[in-house]
Amino acid sequence: MSSAGQQRFTGTTVIGTARLIAAKDLRVELRSRVLLNQVLPFALIVMVMFAFALDSDAVLERVAPGLVWLAALFSALIMVSRSFAVETADGALDQLRSAGVPAMGIFIGKMMALMAQLVVLVTLLIIAAVVLYRAELSWAGSVLLVTTGLTATCGLAAVGTLYGGLAAGAKGRETLLPLLLLPVVAPVLIGATRATESAFGTRGVSTSQGWPWLGLLAVFAVLFSVSGAVAFGPLLDD
Amino acid sequence: MSNDRVTSTPFTKGLGFFVLLGIALLIILGIFVSPADVNQGESVRIMYAHVPGAWLAYLAFVMTAVSSAAYLWKRTRSLTWDRIAGASAEVGVLFMGISLVTGSLWGRLTWGTYWTWDARLTTTAFLFVTYIGYLAVRGLGGTHQQRARRSAVLALLAVLEIPLVHFSVELWNTLHQEASVAGRGTDVEMNGLMLFTLFLGVVVFTLMYVWLVLHRQRSLMLEDMLEDSGLDSALSERRAEATQAGR
Amino acid sequence: MSTVSHGHDPATLEPVVDLCDAVAVLGSFPALAGATMTVLRGEIVLLSGPNGAGKTTLLRLCAGLVALERGRGRVLGVDLSIDRESVRHRVGMIGHSNGLYGDLTVTENVRFWGRTVGASESEIDLAVSRMGLDGRLAHLSVSRLSAGQRRRTALAGLVARRAELWLLDEPHAGLDAAGRDELDSVLKMAATAGATVIVASHELERASKLATRQVEVIAGQVRKVVGL
Repeated sequence: MSSAGQQRFTGTTVIGTARLIAAKDLRVELRSRVLLNQVLPFALIVMVMFAFALDSDAVLERVAPGLVWLAALFSALIMVSRSFAVETADGALDQLRSAGVPAMGIFIGKMMALMAQLVVLVTLLIIAAVVLYRAELSWAGSVLLVTTGLTATCGLAAVGTLYGGLAAGAKGRETLLPLLLLPVVAPVLIGATRATESAFGTRGVSTSQGWPWLGLLAVFAVLFSVSGAVAFGPLLDD
Repeated sequence: MSNDRVTSTPFTKGLGFFVLLGIALLIILGIFVSPADVNQGESVRIMYAHVPGAWLAYLAFVMTAVSSAAYLWKRTRSLTWDRIAGASAEVGVLFMGISLVTGSLWGRLTWGTYWTWDARLTTTAFLFVTYIGYLAVRGLGGTHQQRARRSAVLALLAVLEIPLVHFSVELWNTLHQEASVAGRGTDVEMNGLMLFTLFLGVVVFTLMYVWLVLHRQRSLMLEDMLEDSGLDSALSERRAEATQAGR
Repeated sequence: MSTVSHGHDPATLEPVVDLCDAVAVLGSFPALAGATMTVLRGEIVLLSGPNGAGKTTLLRLCAGLVALERGRGRVLGVDLSIDRESVRHRVGMIGHSNGLYGDLTVTENVRFWGRTVGASESEIDLAVSRMGLDGRLAHLSVSRLSAGQRRRTALAGLVARRAELWLLDEPHAGLDAAGRDELDSVLKMAATAGATVIVASHELERASKLATRQVEVIAGQVRKVVGL
C-alpha cells in the first residue's frame, strides 16, 4: 500500500504543482485574452492620460521612467485581481485546498504566470515611453533595463500573489487589495524608477549609476518570494 | 459573574488614575511652566505630545509584531495574543495619526512646510497606511482562528516591509538634488525642565498605552465571547432537539 | 469482473467511513453533535434531513476539511483526529460550486485535476470517456456547457484524480430533469467502478432510487438508517 501510494502521488511535488498551475494560468489567459484585450489597452491609455495631465514634452521626458512604473503598478493590481478571480469564480481554490495540493506549489505557479504576464506588460510600457515620451535607449541601457524589468516584475509578482491570496476569499477584495499592496511595493517603484532613469539617461544620469538600485530590487524579490512561499499555506488554510 | 463582563480591574483603575494625573502634570509643565525654545519659540511645546505619540505608535507596532509571532508559534498559540496584537494596532494607528498631524503642524511652524520627504517621516506614513490595511483585514470575518492567522501573517509581513521602505526612501533621498529641509533650524537646546517634560510625556504616554491596550484587549475578548456564548447551551439544545425528533 | 481481485485486498474489508459519536464545531456551533455512521466500499449512501441538520458538516468532516472535536473518526483507514491532511487527496468533495475553470475546455479541466495527483494521460482519457464527455463535448470550453454537463465534468475530475470517496452536497440542485438523470447514471457508474459515494440531498424520491442506503441526519446526529 505504502509503496504504491507513494508512486501514485508523484504529481503532488511542489515543482510539479507549480508547473501545472503556471501552465493552467497561462492557458486561461491565452483563451480569455484579458491581458491582451483589457489590461494592455488600459496601461496604454494611462500613458496617454499622463501626457494630457503633464502637458509638456520636457516634463514627460523627465518623468517617463516614473510613469512607466506607475502604470505598471496600477495594471499589476488589475492582473492580480484577475489571477485570483479565476480561482474563486467556481470554487477552484477551495477544490485545490481540499485536494491537498501543496500551497507552496500553488504560490510559485501563480507567481510565475503573473511574472510572465508582467514582463509582457512592462515591455509594452517601455516601448510606449520611447514612442510617446521620447525616451532614448542605448545598448548598455538596454541591458540594465532588461535586468531591472525582470527583477522588478519578479518582486511584484511575489507580493501580488501573496496579498492576492490573502484577499482572495474576502468580500470587497477589489478595494482591499490596492490598500494592502501599494504601500508594500513602494521600494519596487523607487528602485525600478531610478534604474530606468539611468537606462534612459534621464536628467543626465549615467547607466552605471543604475546598477546599485538593482540590489534593492533583488533583495525585495528574494525576501517576498521566500516569505510568500512559506506564508501562503497558512493564509489559505482555515 | 458580572465581574467578567467589565473591562476594568483594580489594577487598571489605579493605572488610569495615574495616567490622568500624569496628563494633567504634562499639560501644566508643557504649556505653562517650561520655557520657550531659543530657536523654535513656543512651537517647541508641540514636541511634548508629538515625540511621545510617535514613540508610542512604534512601540504599539512592535508589540503587534511580537504578539503575532507569539500567536503563530505553536507552543504559545492563544487567541489572547491575537487580541493583544489587534488592540495594540488600533491604539498605534490612533497615535500615529495624532503624531503625523502634530508633526506636520510643528513642521509648518518651524520649517515653513507641512511635509518633508525625510525617510523617517515617509516610513511613518507608510506604516500608518499599512496598519490601516491590517485593521481592515482583521475585520474581514470568518472564525476567530482564521482572523488570527491571517492578521498575524500580515503583521509579520509588515515587519519585512517597513525596513525595506525606510531603506529605499533613504537611498532615494541621498540622490535627491534639493537639500532636505529637515535639520534646518531644528536644533533644540533643551534645558533640564524641558528634558524632564519630554521624559514625563514618554512615561505618561506609555502608561496610557498599557491602560488602553488592557481595556481594548478585554473588550475584544468580550466581543469574541459574545459570539461564542451559548456554546454549551447550543450543544445541549441541539442534543435535546435530536432526542425529541427521534421519539 | 475486475472487482474480484479487489476482494482479496484486506483494505477493502475496512469501512471507508467509520464515525463514532463524532462532534464537529463550526465557530462555536456544534454542527455535528455526536454522529455515528459506517459506510462500506461501493455503497451509495443518501444523507437526508432538514436544512441545518449538519449534512454539509458531516461531508466536510469526511473530507478532512473540518476538525474532529470529540469522538472517533476514520476515513479510508486514516484517523481523522491524528491526521486529516493525508486523507484529502483521496477524497473528492463537490459542494455548491464545481471548481472548474470556465475558460478551459472539458478535457483541459479534467486533465488539470488529474495532473494534481500525477495521473497519466491514459487515465485522464479514461476518466473523460467514462463520464461520457468524449466526442463533441471534450473540446468545448466549460463556460459554454449546461449545468448538468458542468457537474459531469467536475465528477470526471474526481475520477481523474482517483478519488476513492465521493462526497456530494446537493448535487441535484440547479439541474433540470435531463441533468438529474445524467448525474444519477454517472454516480452509479462511479460506484460500480469501485468508488464510494455519499450524497446529501433534499430530493428524496430521486435519490432513494439511486442510493443503496438512506441515512437520516437530524440536529447533528444520525437518527435513522434505512436499507433500500
